[in-house]
Amino acid sequence: MLVWSKPWRIATWAVAVPLFLIIYGLPIGVIVLASFSGQWNDILPSNMTLVHYSKAFRSDSFDALKASLLTGVIASGAALVCGTWAALALRNFKTMPKRVLDLLFFIPSAVPSVSVGLALLVAFSQPPFLLNGTTWIVLIAHFVLISAFTYGNVTAGLARIPVDCEQVAESLGARPFYRLRRVTLPLLLPYLVAAFSLSFALSMGELGATVMIYPPGWVTLPVRIFALSDRGAIFDAATMATILGVGTLIVLAILSKVSNRAAVR
Amino acid sequence: MSQVTVMERTPHIAKPFVASAAPAASDGSRIGFENVSVTYGALTVLHSFTLTVNPGEIVALIGPSGSGKTTALRAVAGFVRPSGGRILIGDRDVTHLAPYDRKIGMVVQNYALFPHMRVEENVAFGLRAHGAAEDVIKKRVPECLAMVGMSTYAKRYPRELSGGQQQRVAIARALAPKPQVLLLDEPLSALDAQIRRSMLDELAKLHRDLPNLTVLYVTHDQSEALTLANHIGIMRDGKLKAFGGSQSLFRHPPNRFAAEFLGRANLLPVTDVQPLDEQMAKVRFGDVTLSARNHHGLARGSDCLVCVRPHDFRFSRASEPNSISGTVLSVQWQGDVHNITFDAGGETVRMTSAPMANPPRIGEIIAVHFDAAEVTLVPEDASHG
Ligand SMILES: Nc1ncnc2c1ncn2[C@@H]1O[C@H](COP(=O)(O)OP(=O)(O)O)[C@@H](O)[C@H]1O
Ligand SMILES: [Mg+2]
Repeated sequence: MLVWSKPWRIATWAVAVPLFLIIYGLPIGVIVLASFSGQWNDILPSNMTLVHYSKAFRSDSFDALKASLLTGVIASGAALVCGTWAALALRNFKTMPKRVLDLLFFIPSAVPSVSVGLALLVAFSQPPFLLNGTTWIVLIAHFVLISAFTYGNVTAGLARIPVDCEQVAESLGARPFYRLRRVTLPLLLPYLVAAFSLSFALSMGELGATVMIYPPGWVTLPVRIFALSDRGAIFDAATMATILGVGTLIVLAILSKVSNRAAVR
Repeated sequence: MSQVTVMERTPHIAKPFVASAAPAASDGSRIGFENVSVTYGALTVLHSFTLTVNPGEIVALIGPSGSGKTTALRAVAGFVRPSGGRILIGDRDVTHLAPYDRKIGMVVQNYALFPHMRVEENVAFGLRAHGAAEDVIKKRVPECLAMVGMSTYAKRYPRELSGGQQQRVAIARALAPKPQVLLLDEPLSALDAQIRRSMLDELAKLHRDLPNLTVLYVTHDQSEALTLANHIGIMRDGKLKAFGGSQSLFRHPPNRFAAEFLGRANLLPVTDVQPLDEQMAKVRFGDVTLSARNHHGLARGSDCLVCVRPHDFRFSRASEPNSISGTVLSVQWQGDVHNITFDAGGETVRMTSAPMANPPRIGEIIAVHFDAAEVTLVPEDASHG
């Protein structure tokens, strides 16, 4: 802290902590609380219940959770593979081709996701690319939106791993693929996990593009939450939002554990 | 490191400097640079570089930072592509060979151990990359770790080792696939002085145990080069400025740069060379006459420099031959030596002497002399390129 005198330090904390709690804590607290409530007329809810949760794990809500998780894993996995491949392939280019591809990868993350959704809808609504109404279009949308981040993360990681290690490996007789498998990718692992985590979290929360294109059989959680709250089923929406948040956090926690294990070695 | 201590008469060669030493009888591989040029964009960092490291020999490349030492070494390793010339390892032209096909060992300044592998896996890496059988690996890895005294650390991760230990592992790793050529790029400069000293001894011992190993050793530290190398190449601005047997180069530097870089010699401007015989010549320094070795065969009447090492000066009592006098500028005690500078005819001269109970005082006039056989006339190179 930059504040040295003790009373001032206490005063600063006294302002900062409540402010932090109000801005970050209150909305989350309200959602979690709402997910357990049967009625909310007063300042605090009443009729605490688990009924929203039991509903959530039975009805279409559960299908939405499944759809979201699958979309997240598949799109992030594909983005990880492609982003890593692109980053590795473009690693040694310093000039034009790299700039162009950097830009190309950057566009989807700069353009509003609704526009990306609309663009995909228009592009894939007629033969030969008739994907409209299939699960594929959702996966493609998520892939397009998150691959930029994977590419960016892996490129940043590649810039930070020691070049010497790879060159020594090569001079020891490691051919490119062997070197990639035994040196480059292991050194890159923390960045790969970070890239996957980020894209998974992005995919889990994606609404703008998905809502434009989702088929009836593949409703993701955010779309479901949107629909529920639109219908006035606020408590159910809150339950789904809580499940979305907790589910994402669990996956990220597991991934960060993997990444720490890799980084320690 | 004692096999090439014979003094060689390195002829004074006008530029371009071409370096090559008498081939030693041995069945290792030589490293050859033939007019190798390297450019980065518009910048040429290696100018038609020619040098041979004979089989089983250690050649040190020294020079100031940025002089192109690393570039030369990496050209041998295959990480820098020459814009001209050829690189040979043994009789193979490797100029266009990929690094993994060159069969060299490489050790770099920051060790570059694989952080995610245990020590034994680091050492096994080269063997595995070459597809060696498991029982070969099981035998060779402990052998290499024993060679560098790291047997008890086989199961550690690199981050659990000190700098010196990491460097030993890096050396074991480089030697495990039995390369004939070992490239070392400032391998000791990340270590502190004491460990550097003992690692230097161990490197020397390692080479006695592996007499066929051809070593190119890049360093900016002249004492490492003098300790280890049979021959030394001195680089500046991407060019080889001098090359020769370590002792010969130290005693008879072929030019000003070599004399100053290797051993911080005093170079006194002298005039009117008068050869006395094959070996010696008389010159004039101000109004005194000095004699010195005319190792580079300088012509009668020419002007040149006389190269006197700081430790070659002795205090004179009476007027001895080869005596000069000057005014003391500074006196510094360093435990085992006294460093003295004095002004002789406008030249600042450095000398070292054994510690004295009554060192001269600043401003005092002193007389010193040197043994004519210990000092050499060095041509004054007009060009600075
Ligand atoms: N990858 C590179 N791109 C551009 N210039 C480089 C590169 N590597 C080295 N250089 C330049 O080449 C010159 C020689 O570098 P180097 O061989 O590393 O010198 P040394 O090892 O003797 O300190 C330096 O001027 C350096 O700036
Ligand atoms: Mg260097």
